[in-house]
Order: sequence, then C-alpha cells, then structure tokens
Amino acid sequence: MNLSLFIILPIVTCLAILFATAKEQGKWIALFGSSVQLILTIILFLQYNSLPASTAPAFQFDAVWYPAWNIHYHVGVDGISIAMMLLTAFVVVAGVLVSWSQETLSKEFFFLLILLSAGAYGFFISLDIFTLFFFLEVAVLPKFLLIGIWGSGRKEYSAMKLALMLMAGSGLVFVGLTGIYFQSSGAHSFDMLVLSQSHLPVKAQMIYFPFAFVGFGIFTALFPFHTWVPDGHSSAPTAGSMFLAGISMKLGGYGCLRVATYLMPEGAHYYAPYIIALATIAIIYGAFATMMQKDLKYINAYSSVSHCGFVLLGIGMLTKTSITGAVMQMVSHGLMTALFFAVIGMVYGRTHTRLVEKMGGLLKVMPFISTIFVLVGLCSLGLPGLSGFVAEMTVFVGSWQNPDAYYRIATILSCASIVVTAVYILRATGRTIMGPINTEHLILTDATWTEKTASILLLVGILAIGTAPFWLTNLIAPVSNDIIQHLAR
Amino acid sequence: MNEYYVLLIPILPLASFVLSGIFGRKYLKEFSGTIGTVALLASAILSLLVAKHYFFDTEKVNGAYQSIVLMNHTWLSFTPNISIQIGALLDPISVMMLVVVTFVSLMVHIFSLEYMKGEERFATYYAFLGLFTFSMLGLVLSSNIFQIYMSWELVGVSSFLLIGYYFEKPSAVAAAKKAFIVTRFADLGFLIGILILSFHAETLDFKLLIAKLVDTHSPEYLSITTGSFLGVSALTWGLCLIFMGGAGKSAMFPLHIWLPDAMEGPTPVSALIHAATMVVAGVFLVARLFPLFSNDEIALHLVGYVGIISSMFAAIIACTQTDIKRVLAFSTMSQIGYMMFSLSMAKYGGENGLGYLASMFHLFTHAFFKSLMFLGAGVIIHFVHNNDMSAMGGLRKYLPVTNITFLIGCLAISGIPPFAGFFSKEEILTACSHENKTIYWLALLTSGLTAFYMFRLYFSIFWNKEAHIHGHHYEAGWAMKLPLILLAILSIGAGLVPFGQFVTSDGLVLPTHVDLAFSALPVSLALIGIAIAWILYKDENSKSTSIATSLGGLYTIIYNKFYFDELYIFITKKIIFNLIGQPAAWIDRNIIDGTVNLTATVTASISESIKGIQSGKLQQYLLYFFGGVAALALFFIYLIK
Repeated sequence: MNLSLFIILPIVTCLAILFATAKEQGKWIALFGSSVQLILTIILFLQYNSLPASTAPAFQFDAVWYPAWNIHYHVGVDGISIAMMLLTAFVVVAGVLVSWSQETLSKEFFFLLILLSAGAYGFFISLDIFTLFFFLEVAVLPKFLLIGIWGSGRKEYSAMKLALMLMAGSGLVFVGLTGIYFQSSGAHSFDMLVLSQSHLPVKAQMIYFPFAFVGFGIFTALFPFHTWVPDGHSSAPTAGSMFLAGISMKLGGYGCLRVATYLMPEGAHYYAPYIIALATIAIIYGAFATMMQKDLKYINAYSSVSHCGFVLLGIGMLTKTSITGAVMQMVSHGLMTALFFAVIGMVYGRTHTRLVEKMGGLLKVMPFISTIFVLVGLCSLGLPGLSGFVAEMTVFVGSWQNPDAYYRIATILSCASIVVTAVYILRATGRTIMGPINTEHLILTDATWTEKTASILLLVGILAIGTAPFWLTNLIAPVSNDIIQHLAR
Repeated sequence: MNEYYVLLIPILPLASFVLSGIFGRKYLKEFSGTIGTVALLASAILSLLVAKHYFFDTEKVNGAYQSIVLMNHTWLSFTPNISIQIGALLDPISVMMLVVVTFVSLMVHIFSLEYMKGEERFATYYAFLGLFTFSMLGLVLSSNIFQIYMSWELVGVSSFLLIGYYFEKPSAVAAAKKAFIVTRFADLGFLIGILILSFHAETLDFKLLIAKLVDTHSPEYLSITTGSFLGVSALTWGLCLIFMGGAGKSAMFPLHIWLPDAMEGPTPVSALIHAATMVVAGVFLVARLFPLFSNDEIALHLVGYVGIISSMFAAIIACTQTDIKRVLAFSTMSQIGYMMFSLSMAKYGGENGLGYLASMFHLFTHAFFKSLMFLGAGVIIHFVHNNDMSAMGGLRKYLPVTNITFLIGCLAISGIPPFAGFFSKEEILTACSHENKTIYWLALLTSGLTAFYMFRLYFSIFWNKEAHIHGHHYEAGWAMKLPLILLAILSIGAGLVPFGQFVTSDGLVLPTHVDLAFSALPVSLALIGIAIAWILYKDENSKSTSIATSLGGLYTIIYNKFYFDELYIFITKKIIFNLIGQPAAWIDRNIIDGTVNLTATVTASISESIKGIQSGKLQQYLLYFFGGVAALALFFIYLIK
C-alpha cells in the first residue's frame, strides 16, 4: 500500500472542505474523508499482518526532499506505527461525529480537525526524523486555533499556554534532532534506519537524550511539564480535547520511544532511573490530584497525566514487555480518554455544567450516555474486559521483570494508583450518574445518532483490545522485541 | 472424553447478560427475567452433569481425583513463559463450586422474578445477575492465577453494580463505592503477590506454579526462598499478599467494613453475592493455592488468626445489631472466618487434610442455609417494608412457609443435628481440636454466640410482640416460596453428603465420621445459646434492653461495630484527602503551574521593558548607532592596545 495516501487523503479532504459551497457539506466531507481513512488504515493493518515477519519497516517509500541537508521524505510502517494509526483513525471519525452540531465557523473547524489528523498520520509513518518533526508541528498548530476560536472558559490563556509549552517541547526536540544529525558518524543523516545502524557517540547521547526525551515528554504530560494538560483540555472544544488527549499526547510517547530511546540506547539506559522517577510521580501525584478535582474535564485531564505516566514508566523500564505495555497503554488510553471527553462533552452540552456537584442521577434521564460514562470509567480504573486492564497489566508485569529494588518500589507505587483511580472514578460516577437527580435535569434528552455512533465506534475499539488483546500484542511485541535487542547491543 | 460443555456453563449467563444488557431496556423488558432464569437452569443442569461425570465416571489415578484442564488458550502473552491462559480447570473444589454457584444463582433468579417485579430496571437487574454469575463461574474455573484475578475484578464490579442498583439512594451509592474501593485496596495486595510469585516461578498457570513452588529442590523454589525482605522470604510475602486479596473479598477483619453496608443492594443479591458465592472467593483462593499455603507456616498462621479473629469479632457484633440483613451479614463474616481458620488447621494430604475438607464442606452447606435465610429475609422485608427487627414480631402467623424455612436455616447455622451445619461445623471443630487448642475453644465459644444471635433474630421476627399488619396478608407466590423450600431441603440434607469421598486436599478419599462424645459439647453450647435467646426474645419483655443498659459503654462500642467505620473515614477523609490529595492539587496549581506562569510573566515583563528600543523612530536609531560607534571606539582605543 502506498503510505503517502495517508497524508494525501486528509489534505484532499481539507481542500474539499474549504471549497464546499454549503455550510452543511463541510461535516459530511469530513466524515466521508475520515471514514475512508479509517477503512484504509484497517486495510493497511490487514495487509501488514499478512506480510512475512520482518523487523524492517514495511511499505517503505524514500524520496529526497532537501538534498543539501540530506533530508528525505522516507516513510514506512511497522507494528507500533500501525497501532498508533489505528488509534488515530478511530479518534478522528469519532471526533468528527461528536462535533456534528458545531454551528460557528463549522467549515473552518472541520478543516482544522482533518489537517491535524494529516499531521498525526504523517508523524507516525515518517522514518526520517526531520520529516517526523515537520509533521509534529503540523499537528500542533491547529490546536492553538481550535482552542482559541471554539474553546470555552479562559480559552485565550489556555490556547496560548498549550501552544507555548508544546512549542517549547518542539524546541527541545529540535535541539535533540540536530544533535543526533550532527553527531551521527559518516554522512549526516536524519534517517532513522541509517541512524540506528551508525552508533552515536555516548557523550553525545548523554547530552542530546534529555533534550529529545523531555521535548517529546512535554507532549505526553511528563511531570513537571504537564500543566498545559488540565488547562488545555478544559478550554478545548470536545473534539479538540479528544484529539489532544487521544492523538497529540501519543505523538509524544511515540517520539520518546522511537526517537529518543531507540536512537540513543546508552542515553536511555543512563537516564532510565530518572524517567522512572518522574513517571512514578506523575502516576501517583496525578491520581491524587485528580481525586480533588470538581470539574469533569479537569478530572479526565489529570487522570490522563496519571495514565500517561504508565506510558513513560513502560518506556523507562526498558524491558520487552514493558515497552509493549507502553504502546498498548498509548492505544488504550487514546481510545478511552477520547471517549471520556466525548461523553463529558455530551453531558456538558445538555446540563451546561461540568461541575460534578451540580449533577446527579443522570442515569435516569440519559441511560445511553450514562452507560458509556460508566463503561469508560471502568476502563479507566482497569476493569478486565476493557482495554485499560490489559495495557496496565502488561506494563506492571513488564516492569516487574526488572529485579532491581528501585524499579520494584516504583512498580509497587505505580500499582497502588489502581486504588486511587478507583476512588476518583467512583466518586465522579457516584456524583454524576448515580444519586438523586437534579430536578432541572429531568427534561434532558439522551444521545443523538451521531453521538451514539461515535461512542459505539470508540467502545468497539476498547472492547476489541480488552476482550481479545492478542491481536494487538502480536502486532506490537515483535517490534518492541526488536527495540530491546537494539538497545542491548 | 468430551467435557467442552463445561464451557457452556459460564457462557450461558454471559449470553443472558449481553442480551438483557443491550436489548433489555427497550425490547425484552420483563422477558429478560425468563431468559436469565432459563439460562441459569441450563447451567445448573450442566453443572450437575459435570459433577456426576467428574466424580463418578472419570477414572481416578491411584485412587485420587485428577485435575483436568480444558481449553488452554493464550489470551495475553507477557513474556515467553508468563502469559494469561484462559482455560477451565476441573478439580474437586471447582466442580463443587460450579454446583453451588449455579444452584444458588438459579434460586435467586427464580426468587427475583417475583421479588423484583415491576422494577423499572428489571432487565438491567437480570443483566447484572448474569454478569455476576458469569464472572463467578469464571473465577471458579480459572486455570491461571491471572485469570482468577480478572474474574475477581469482574465479580467486584458486578457486586458494585448490584449494590448500587437503587442508584438514586445516596446510601446505596456510598455502599457500592465503599465495597469496590475496600476490595480494590485488598486486590492491590493480590496483584503484587501475583507479580512476586510469577516472577520467580516464571508461570501463571496454577498447576505449574504449584508444582514448581512445592518442590523444595526446584530452582524456582530456591530462587523465591533465598533472600528476604524484612526477614521474610519472597514466597511468604507473595502468599500473604495474595491472602490480603482473599481477605478483602471475603470481608475478613480488618477489611470487613464493606460487607454490612453492601446490604443496601436488593435482598436476593445479598443472598447470592454477599452470602453464598462471592464472599467465599477468598476461601476458595486459599484452597486453590493450598499446597503452597500449607508449606508456609507464616502465611498459614496469618490465615488462621485472621479467620478466628473475624469469626469472633463478627459474632459479637451480630448480637447487638437490629437490622436483620446486617445481622445476617455479620453472621456471614463469622462463618467465613470459620472456613478460613479451618483451612489453616490442615496440612496437605491424608488425615492431616481434615481442616481443608471441613472448610470446603462448611462452604458448601453454608451456601445453602445462608442464602435460604437471606431469601427469607427478602420475603419478610417485602412483607413489612422495613429492615429493622423492631418493626417485626409475631410474623409466624402471616408467613408460615418463611417461618419454617427460616427456622431450619437457623438450626442449620447453629449446628444442631441433623441439620447441614452440624456436620460441617463438627469437622471444623475436630480439625481444630487436633491442631490448636486456643482456636478450638474460641471456635466453640463463637458457635455458642452464633446460636444465640441467630435465635435472637428468629424470635424477634416470628415471635415476640404481636404484629400489627394492615392490609394484605399475602405471604408470597410460588416463585418466592419454591427457592425457600428447595434451599430448606438442602439445609437439612446437604450435611449427609459423604463429603470426604469427593473433596479432600489431595483428591484421595478421607472418611469422616461423627463422634457423639465429641459432639456433645458444641451441641449443648448451641442449645444454651438458643435457650438464652428464648428467654430474652421469645416474648415481649424488657430483659434484653436492661442487659444492654447494664453493659453501658461496652454495648455502645459493640453496637457501633468497634468504630471501625469511623476509623476508616478518619483515614480516608482526614489523612488521605486532606493531607495528600488537597496538597497535591494545590501544589500542582500553585507551585508547578505557578512556575510555568511565572516564566511567562517574567518573559513578558522583560520584553515589555525592552520593547521601547524598537520604537521605529529614525532619530533614536541614529542615536543608538552613534552611541554604539562611540562605545566601540572607546573599547578599541582603551582596552585593546
């Protein structure tokens, strides 16, 4: 399959939206484009699965982009990138569907959504780290506008904060990338496959690993650079939050793994204890901070900080299983948190409040939305049968394979978060879905067809991983095995 | 030999859950009850077939029942050796549990057809019952320790959903949350225990795990016992932590606080989950890993002392409670304590395995008489519309069937021959008298207390003051009476099952016998308990209240359950919320985010102060230019010579 399709199609969709004559057409085009993209991604997944096992990226395409600096447009996919693309495809379709009633500047809104997805797809298929960086930026900028124009609350402040912090992250990433570029032996190259063969000097790794890792880490809410998450999410429109948590935060995790860790093995080993410390703090501290939140979006944003900690923990633990778990957690958390933001958006759209104490007994008037709310909450607290459980358990078991006492303590502390998660999820559920109903809410209606379709779509993903995780591990594990072998060299 | 129909046993309730869960609210409605009941009937029949097949038709090896694993499908592979296999393990305890779970669940399904009739969320109720039954059967059949952990979480969540069934009642929501969170905390121990054992044994499979860690010469055993943490080996840590999970689920002291509150759920649910099946999961877990526990002195002692303390503690509290469901809840906790310490009185194999047999036997009989009493309580509550004993009295005239069956249940739990509880309790006491005299005497005392509080309950409900019932005098229909009668028959007859023929620690037959001389003491203690209850509660009088008043503060402490709830509230609200949660949230907003904002503010103010330079005025720029030239000139002239 020609991978460039995954970039071309969203761009064509974007253009089509811009040239649409009627306002109504925009969303239909967006839905059509993103659905085709979803189908394409599934076909890609099936095609990849039928290929003979190989560690080299599949469906490669290489063209020189800027010869003076040896920058290539080099794309290719392996199990991990396909997993991330599947996640993106699901979240984009769901995000378009929940924005169905978007009235203000709706063409521009859908244009930006699809543009953002183009950036994400490009990021996940790039094998050249400069191209990868390019697409990272494409995926960041629309967010500033999405929040600034369609957001709510202190939207200008949040949009600015998010953009600046992510830009700072990008800046650090760029320093890391140029460092890698200039320190690589032989002809300077941005190509991941070339770079992984040429050994970067250990001294250079010690310098550039933190830049690349922290830079990407900011995207995935690395403690203490996570504060854009609560503000950004709380001000973003529903689809914006879904994209932010479901896709953007995953760009960071993917970068930490693919660029920082994979290209700088000694750096990764050296800094692993620090990564683990920060990840553990994020997991526990994020969970406790969530417990105290009163706004549903803040609850989910802080819980994302905690859940993304598992991604970083899995990467920092540097075992095959923990890395598989980290990738599974990215996919699982992406689907789950997108669905959670979607549900919060549905509740907010009806009750016009996100404050937990102003709600109650919603199950009585909106059984569908409430059921989804409970299911996604249960996924978040790691109920078997839903995706959160398999991902977290893989991270835990993988982390435990490190017999060192320091790693063990970090693992136990991270495990302890499952109790705190249960506390905040059940508190939120108990106050909003259960309990006596606010009499003003008795007239509210249940989900519309687009909202139902979006929820079911994401739920299917969650259930597919939760009830039959083997297809996902079979996709990821060979690649993480390869990464670990590469790191051990 | 094709035993794949075993897999149908859990799948049928799952199908009922899926059907009623998706289509119940809109399309199936009342019909969901029928679907669930029929599915469970099929499951129960299949379980009996499996039991017959397993115990009578399968060939034994050297006289012992073998454990059979069906369908070992790799579900999630962590490392080449450690993976979650989904399978069904058939051995004497799992087959016994299959029968118990499906039978009690069937009774509850039938009972609920009438009890829950007219409820708005009738279909949802049956969906949840199906989910619970599926998870519980999955737990029982687990062939892999991670599979049991998964089912463990699923029964936990079904319990949460069912306790919170009356979701508009704040007390039900609070109880559901409490049950889930307390057991989740315990499950944390379980999870870490699994991680410890699986790391050293390099497997999650029960059979392999046990085989590797029982053999004292295997490399796995050496790896897990060399080195220690706080003077205790990794094996002991693993087992104790796993037991923590079991203690949470089985409401053992001090993790018991969720069970009394769980009575907020519909009464048939209490009969199924909080009396007969889920709460004995902890006992089942210890029994499942018994070869490991029996080799580990510390872990086994922990099980024993937690068991006996819970048993006494709950029995004492039960004497003071007035809510009939809470009395039953505490009695459940007390009886599970019996099963726990009975297990600790056993060793693996032969005569020494009596405690194991007795524990499983008591689990078996208890399931019937306790669910009988809960369902009876359901009829009573349905009739009086109140949970409190003080609102009852003299009900024997109105509820004849309930009266007789409830009495049978009380006699059975008190250990009066020839009712079922007598036989199982007898075995427990025999095992204790051989092993540990302290526990034996405490257990005897507890059995006297049991008889007292059960008959206090019985007399207060059915005798005592005259009832003033207005309106309808209708006890219940057949859907509610039939389960009572069937369970009552089993509460009489289950003790006659020659249990030692079927369920023993090593699968070999261990003949059991009743020794009249030995039985005299416990039975007479039980009779004394009943007699005291008769004196105090049979007729309306003030003797009991005057005793309570004379006990003064002690009575208040016991009545308030030794203030354990308050202690937990103090720990969660005051310590965790105020000292950890609030500061974490505050630090995040003010210090960490404050730094971020400060950086932005500082940057902004710096640029604010220097932006004047870029004024756009040509004269100013010219001034800068000449100023610069002058400065450079001075620099070159005086500093660089």
